Amino acid sequence: MLLKKGAEASLFLEQWHGRKVVMKKRLPKKYRLPQLDESIRSYRTVHEPQLMHQSKEAGVPSPTIFLVDVEEANIVMEFIEGDQVKQILHTLTTEGRRKLCSYIGMLIGNLHKHGIIHGDLTTSNMILTPHGKIVFVDFGLGEFSTELEARGVDLHLMKRAFQSTHYKYAKEGFEAVMEGYSDVTGKKLAEDLLKKIREIEERGRYVSREEG
Amino acid sequence: MHRSAMTYCLGIESTADDFSVGIVTFEGEALANVTSTYMSESGGIHPREAAQHHTRVVGKVLREALRKAHIEPKDVEIVAFSQGPGMGPCLRTGATAARALASYLDVPLMGVNHLVAHIEIGRLATGAEDPVTLFVSGGNTIVAAFDVGRYRIFGETLDIAIGNCIDVFAREAGLRPEEGLPVAAMVEELASRGVVFVPLPYTVKGMDLSFSGLLTAATELLRKTKYRLEDLCHSLQEGIFSMLTEVTERALAHTEKKEVLLTGGVAANKRLQTMLEIIAKEHEARFCVVPKQFAMDNGTMIAWMGILAYQHGLKVPIEKSFVRLKWRLDEVDVPWMKR
Repeated sequence: MLLKKGAEASLFLEQWHGRKVVMKKRLPKKYRLPQLDESIRSYRTVHEPQLMHQSKEAGVPSPTIFLVDVEEANIVMEFIEGDQVKQILHTLTTEGRRKLCSYIGMLIGNLHKHGIIHGDLTTSNMILTPHGKIVFVDFGLGEFSTELEARGVDLHLMKRAFQSTHYKYAKEGFEAVMEGYSDVTGKKLAEDLLKKIREIEERGRYVSREEG
Repeated sequence: MHRSAMTYCLGIESTADDFSVGIVTFEGEALANVTSTYMSESGGIHPREAAQHHTRVVGKVLREALRKAHIEPKDVEIVAFSQGPGMGPCLRTGATAARALASYLDVPLMGVNHLVAHIEIGRLATGAEDPVTLFVSGGNTIVAAFDVGRYRIFGETLDIAIGNCIDVFAREAGLRPEEGLPVAAMVEELASRGVVFVPLPYTVKGMDLSFSGLLTAATELLRKTKYRLEDLCHSLQEGIFSMLTEVTERALAHTEKKEVLLTGGVAANKRLQTMLEIIAKEHEARFCVVPKQFAMDNGTMIAWMGILAYQHGLKVPIEKSFVRLKWRLDEVDVPWMKR
């Protein structure tokens, strides 16, 4: 059963040796040259499980991987019961929202501390389980890096997800994320990153080579 | 002749290398558009030199536009100008001309956002109602869609703009713009004759993009290897357009809108159009592309935006009409969009 048809991959809910699993299929994209298409699909299929494995070592829950098929660009992984943070954030009280966002910030901090860049930090890629755990999914655009730039871009994406999807409380939401982040990584790094994010925001906008 | 019953808006565009004047009626009929483009020896844009060019041509372009529209200066009932974002000296030239004209004619002055103007002219020309817009030009790379009062930015470049990336590569390859033939068109033509695909960095972060690493790699290949220029242009286009298409598809999947609008100077590229058409079809969305004459920066879109803004009471007093170099798309209210 098709769970979600995304731009990058399609997710299917399936039974696999008696388990409820998610089959992530990176289907060929007709708009891309076949050569480019194959290299992107196989690269992401190989790297995503590696990042998910490392995230668990960093103490950040991610689905268990059962099978990786590079040739077909398929990954079979655990199905996580719960709700996307995107869907429940507006149902919370201001205080509840602040707590959840701060907790998410702590998890992001842990990923970064362990050299993991998620690459697509949005509230749809975080699942709140019935046990109150947050599970991070979709590491398909992630990478290993400890550079300030990579971390800054990662957090910038989180901020932008708030601005485009949760604009009503984008400011408080992201501030809470940075609070939790700062608790894990220390004030200094968090402040450097806030500066970095501002820098990224500045240059993405109308900047000519002469001005920039 | 019912001319006297109509109302005209004159729009001045001067965010970068183009100085353009457009005249539009309240019904959205584009009567005239005259553009003068600053061309430099090196091919890049020097903001101050571009602004000097604009200053020189203001009178000529204005007169020519009025003549083409068959109207007198006194017929102009609104003056609109690009208030930002853009290069400071260029913006200020257009703003000064607009203020002078508006106060001389004693008509309302409308300072409008250049980015919103590109989306609105695309909607006017294609009939798109509520699209996911990919806006690609020399200075901008933005994926946006309307939600609650504003165009929200879903993705954008993290470093250089797509058009800038193509232009710099072309210049490194020794291509020079000719009158009426921008270097990007030359790159497109060369790419169509490319055969070999050379892999280049592919950088997509969420719905954001980065082109600077790819540009560096492509330039290195140009200098240090013997690949045909046709093949490198082909590889460059395939890489950057695939990235753009991937993020546009992501925004489309996320918002579930039923239209895709391609706008801005790079929208004229046929290969990019083909790629976007494929994903639009897959998501059962209508694909719309802005007509060529409104793809590049133009005064018409500014005039049309001026009308929309005027109708919704967004007047700008002259003393508050200072230019805004980094004015964001998502800072602008767009009350004419319903919902």
